[in-house]
Amino acid sequence: MLGYLLKRLIQMLLVLWIVSLVVFLMMSFTGDPVFMIVPIDATDAEIAQARRILGLDESLPVQYWIFISSLLQGDFGQSYVFRQPAMTLILERMPATIEMVVVAMVLAVVVAIPLGVYAGANPNGRLSRMIMAGSLLGISLPGFWVGMVLIYLFAVHWGIFPSSGRGDTAEVFGLRLSLATWDGWHHIALPAITLSLGTMAILLRMTRAGMMEVARQDYMKFARAKGATRHDVLYKHGLKNALIPVVTIFGLQLGDLIAFATITETIFSWPGMGKLLIDSIYRADRPVIVVYLMLVALIFVVINFLVDIVYTLIDPRITLK
Amino acid sequence: MTTTDNTLLAVHDLRTYFHTFSGTVKAVNGVSFAIGKGEVMGLVGESGGGKSVVGFSILGLIDSPGRIMGGKILLDGEDLAQAGEDRLRQIRGREISMVFQDPMTSLNPLHTVGQQMDEVLRLHTDLDAAARRTACIEMLESVGISRAADRLGAYPHQFSGGMRQRVVIAIAMLARPRLIIADEPTTALDVTIQSQILKLMRRQIADKGASMILITHDLAVVSEMADHITVLYCGKVVERGRTRDLIETPSHPYTRGLIDSIPDPANRHARLKQIPGTVPDIRNLPQGCNFRDRCPRAQALCAEQEPELRPQNGAQWAACHYPLQPGDSA
Ligand SMILES: Nc1ncnc2c1ncn2[C@@H]1O[C@H](COP(=O)(O)OP(=O)(O)O)[C@@H](O)[C@H]1O
Ligand code: SF4
Ligand SMILES: [Mg+2]
Repeated sequence: MLGYLLKRLIQMLLVLWIVSLVVFLMMSFTGDPVFMIVPIDATDAEIAQARRILGLDESLPVQYWIFISSLLQGDFGQSYVFRQPAMTLILERMPATIEMVVVAMVLAVVVAIPLGVYAGANPNGRLSRMIMAGSLLGISLPGFWVGMVLIYLFAVHWGIFPSSGRGDTAEVFGLRLSLATWDGWHHIALPAITLSLGTMAILLRMTRAGMMEVARQDYMKFARAKGATRHDVLYKHGLKNALIPVVTIFGLQLGDLIAFATITETIFSWPGMGKLLIDSIYRADRPVIVVYLMLVALIFVVINFLVDIVYTLIDPRITLK
Repeated sequence: MTTTDNTLLAVHDLRTYFHTFSGTVKAVNGVSFAIGKGEVMGLVGESGGGKSVVGFSILGLIDSPGRIMGGKILLDGEDLAQAGEDRLRQIRGREISMVFQDPMTSLNPLHTVGQQMDEVLRLHTDLDAAARRTACIEMLESVGISRAADRLGAYPHQFSGGMRQRVVIAIAMLARPRLIIADEPTTALDVTIQSQILKLMRRQIADKGASMILITHDLAVVSEMADHITVLYCGKVVERGRTRDLIETPSHPYTRGLIDSIPDPANRHARLKQIPGTVPDIRNLPQGCNFRDRCPRAQALCAEQEPELRPQNGAQWAACHYPLQPGDSA
């Protein structure tokens, strides 16, 4: 167990190191940030001076060394735009993103698993066909379009939901959360629904496929030959087996949600780190982009690790090694 | 067929069809046989002959697109073909239980052996948890699993194939059913394990006074175990009789072919005589005798008229226009 954790930790650090390389190279090949720093009327000498201060006159390997050693010392740089530490900027906005992603994920799971189980257990039923048709829409409609339609219908046309912002927030354990107020829930509903639809559809289809696959297994028929009811066979023997592949996808989908949150936040002016990223890309605010990418990479790696742990909890055949 | 007071299960003219997109598969098409109390009946034939479908039909476990289209399945006089799902559930596992071919897939990988055994007792008895546990431990020991109390908490993947089949047999025997349907119970196992499992099954049946339908494509296996044998071909009974008679003096050329393809343990290097050709497509059977394309005795009549099951010598029945006589060479 300890050996496994050590191995995973090394793997995770390796992944983060590779991400840091990719992020660094990407940044080096996309524009010269020196012009973000210097005043518009700077002389050539001033520009050269700024270059030297930023270390941009060094060779790429040396620049990377400077980059990675400051990251390791916890120095993530200052936003060129806000003149504030980039990490602080992002951490301030992270709770907004996380709460939207969590609500979207919970919504997706709560809707998708029961419907997927039902559709898989009754593959020929009319309701199942309707569920599957709905899930096809969920997969094929682009999120930004759904978001705009929801805004048009619920905010503009009927005026029952707000179209932008987080609403009132309250402090919980030092985090500012919309989920702590009714107004916050009112505001989070549309963006969370928009964000969850794609994931909901994928989880639903995976669950259904899992149930249908499991229904064909010998152990299901053997359980019925023991005298178990069809219902017990389906839910006591089938469901857990059917959910094993869904757990794998769950981790990947959580990552997807964080990525797609950038779009959703932009549409709904949700002040999260995704919107900050898009704004920073427009403003070529390099330190903020770097911190965002590294942080999201870290979240991905941790989620994957947790999924593997959950896996071993539901499937006794899998051991940590 | 005669049914007597000793008859446990009598199947009359069973028809189980599958209505598929590519046509109706008459997987079981008018099958009859009877099993006495404490008897072992071998159900043999090549793959696709309808053996498993007979087994599942008896338990009412035919799923759509399949359906029992006709016939009677009389268990002590009660027709299971007419029984509702609730009644069938009382019978499954309690009166009749089943052992499947592949022990690697018969057990739920996510439940412990103990949970899977306990389920049978919870379904069919009023025993409390402690009594159920004791019964499970005793049963596991009686199928030759040591340290049974510890093994209850183990998962199927921690057992070998042979051990898993022992667990499956333990589950099948647990509620003391009167009939076991064993569908190729040793086909997926090593040869050495096969004979252990067969011995175990024979002993369990004898101890509990149960009857058994032993389904197999291997005549050698049934000839050691069964009191009588029913041979299936393309969903129909082609021959039926006492084991001794049927093995020594088969009447049907198909039975003869099956016997000739048994490997001779004394003469390992002898080439086996396989039945020529392959089983015809069951959706598209030829007119006349289903076996005629492969039969060395076929004549003109065989292409015109389907032979009916008729008594041959004594208790032996065969469906053939030109049955073999004792002493015939082929
Ligand atoms: N679910 C099903 N759908 C369609 N055909 C089936 C189904 N199950 C069995 N059959 C058909 O029934 C026939 C008999 O099958 P089976 O009883 O499994 O044969 P055996 O056990 O003798 O090898 C085969 O031709 C098979 O294709
Ligand atoms: S009826 Fe004719 S074809 Fe069929 S088994 Fe008998 S001899 Fe052969
Ligand atoms: Mg079979």
